[in-house]
Amino acid sequence: MRNPTFQVTRRQAIRGLLATGAFGLSLKLGACSGSPSASGGGSPLVAGFIYVGPKDDYGYNQAHAEGRASLDGIEGLKTVEEASVPETNAVQETMRSMIDIDGASAIFATSFGYFDPHVLAMAKEFPEVQFFHCGGLYQEGVHPENVGSYFGYIDEAQYVAGIVAAHASSSKRLGFIAAKPIPQVLRNVNSFTLGARTVDPTITTQVIFTGDWADPVREAEAANSMADQGIDVLTCHVDSPKVVIETAERRGIFSSGYHANQAELAPKGYLTGAEWDWSNVYKNYIAQMQAGKTLMNGGIPHLVRGGFKEGFLKLSPYGPAVTAEAQQAADAAKTQLASGELVIYKGEIKDNIGKTVIAGGKELGQTAVELEQMNWLAEGVQGSVG
Amino acid sequence: MASEALGWWGIPLAIIAGTLRGSAPFLFVSLGECLTEKSGKINLGLEGTLLMGAMSAYAVSYLTGSPWLGVIVAGVAGMFLGCIHGWLSQQPRVNDVAVGIAMIIFGSGLAFFLGKPFIQPSAPQLPVISLGAWSQMPQVQSALQISPLFLAGVAIAPLMQWFFRSSRWGLLVRAVGDSPDAARAMGISIFKVRMASIVAGSFLAGIGGASLSLFYPGSWSERISSGQGLMAVALVIFARWNPVQCLYASLLFGGAQAIGPALQSVGIDSYYYLFNASPYILTLIIMIVTCSPKRTLTGAPGALGQAQE
Repeated sequence: MRNPTFQVTRRQAIRGLLATGAFGLSLKLGACSGSPSASGGGSPLVAGFIYVGPKDDYGYNQAHAEGRASLDGIEGLKTVEEASVPETNAVQETMRSMIDIDGASAIFATSFGYFDPHVLAMAKEFPEVQFFHCGGLYQEGVHPENVGSYFGYIDEAQYVAGIVAAHASSSKRLGFIAAKPIPQVLRNVNSFTLGARTVDPTITTQVIFTGDWADPVREAEAANSMADQGIDVLTCHVDSPKVVIETAERRGIFSSGYHANQAELAPKGYLTGAEWDWSNVYKNYIAQMQAGKTLMNGGIPHLVRGGFKEGFLKLSPYGPAVTAEAQQAADAAKTQLASGELVIYKGEIKDNIGKTVIAGGKELGQTAVELEQMNWLAEGVQGSVG
Repeated sequence: MASEALGWWGIPLAIIAGTLRGSAPFLFVSLGECLTEKSGKINLGLEGTLLMGAMSAYAVSYLTGSPWLGVIVAGVAGMFLGCIHGWLSQQPRVNDVAVGIAMIIFGSGLAFFLGKPFIQPSAPQLPVISLGAWSQMPQVQSALQISPLFLAGVAIAPLMQWFFRSSRWGLLVRAVGDSPDAARAMGISIFKVRMASIVAGSFLAGIGGASLSLFYPGSWSERISSGQGLMAVALVIFARWNPVQCLYASLLFGGAQAIGPALQSVGIDSYYYLFNASPYILTLIIMIVTCSPKRTLTGAPGALGQAQE
């Protein structure tokens, strides 16, 4: 019985049993659910969706889960999803079981931190499976060709929300509760501020970094501190804006949502919100795959990006505190952004320490690489990235 | 609307407000752990109990519309987890720290599983006691909106002190925790006393969870506790197993949570990771300062964490 080879095989057997058991259990216990196969004959296309948090968090994951739900009923498509998957090796196991057990041929990894090393490792291991990562990390030539990246220019919606916020603010001070100083977050902070400053150039935005994508206590503290400082419109970029919006409402100040629609959390103070609209994106991907296109044969572009024009974004319906004047200004900006007339990052733009970051006369369109590497805060933002 | 900015006065105000708002979970968990450890057992699983309490309070408040019923159910849910820990950790050759870690995973897993349908809805919150009506400033008024649970916790701390010092039951708990052999010779059932202490301690921790989800931040999510239960366990050592000192330590930790955001809101924005980490750094410093190989901790129950034969 002391035979070492026996020990190893037993350990492997137990590991295998545990993994299967755990997967079966998680399948039963609701985090993971499969919708029934839609097509009668042939093997359906199986797409797996992975979220970092719960599916109904009023935030990032809810937006993706709503996008996934919009695929229900498509002929010949089966979707599987798993929520609350941490950005650790756990996501590799989730992807592996979606591929091996559910037969997924496309994986949508919706969280930023899934990409490196997890999606990359799985993409090498399963070269025939397509991996779509939500976020701006894909680099042509560096990463495997069965990896694609999709993301929206949600800062367009934040720009419009900034215009609405500027009209509502009487103290001319706005607040932005942000998780981490990464380019996507900074771009939202800057666009929100630039939008607000088109209304009144004296407006400032105070930014507070909580350091974590989800830390309800610190988000509530940040919201309270800002309210104490006389800030009267709050917005945020955290995984679930629920606590921020509720705290703002309790303190009697305005709030502007993010990721999904939080209007019912703040019936009085909710102005509008920058929302994702992933349904178009996912439907489009599925249609392309069902037409036989793949990332590998070049049929599906590796980088998919879009803003208002491409239908990646929407604004929450305006709240009761939004004046007709503000609505008009916001709608005008939205139309101009959709038509491409309005470029948010148009020189000259200075950062908040007085350095010129975009030279006069220079326009950075939404696709500009410089914007995906943003590491500065625009003039009018109080805070620092360091 | 907040009429004017507070400027630098915002920092002390935010820390005081943070103390009043955010220290109740620390207080309840540390009082619960204090009671448990006085009987000679460690319950690390209070982190899981805290989450379970937060979830069940929120769920019951949402389903029945009565936040107070939620608070009671949170305590009962805590007692349920306490029963499991109390029974398991008293089996022969079972280590209570290991059981505690298992209970963290079990409690949080159960809370996450049962709590899935309650992430989205908004539950009725506990009523607020406003003590700030004397002030003209909305900031002060808001800071002095106090949770009834916090006041209850503040009242429980000296009561528990009295319980340990002067009541027969308190002496029994201390006897079992300090010298199980002597207690057994007196004819006391060690199992029953420890079980009762663990269950009562878990009841308090569950109520601490209710304070998280029904008062501040006032919402149920899987990240609601962010390690507060574990920090509260560490805090009991800092407080030398003295309930009134648990109260002071909880106030300190509640205030420390507010430092990072408060400093950023007035424009001190460098080192915010460091300031945000202040509660954790405080925990570490306390552990380093209070642990010395040269002396035993004063106030530590004699049989704390010792294996049962």
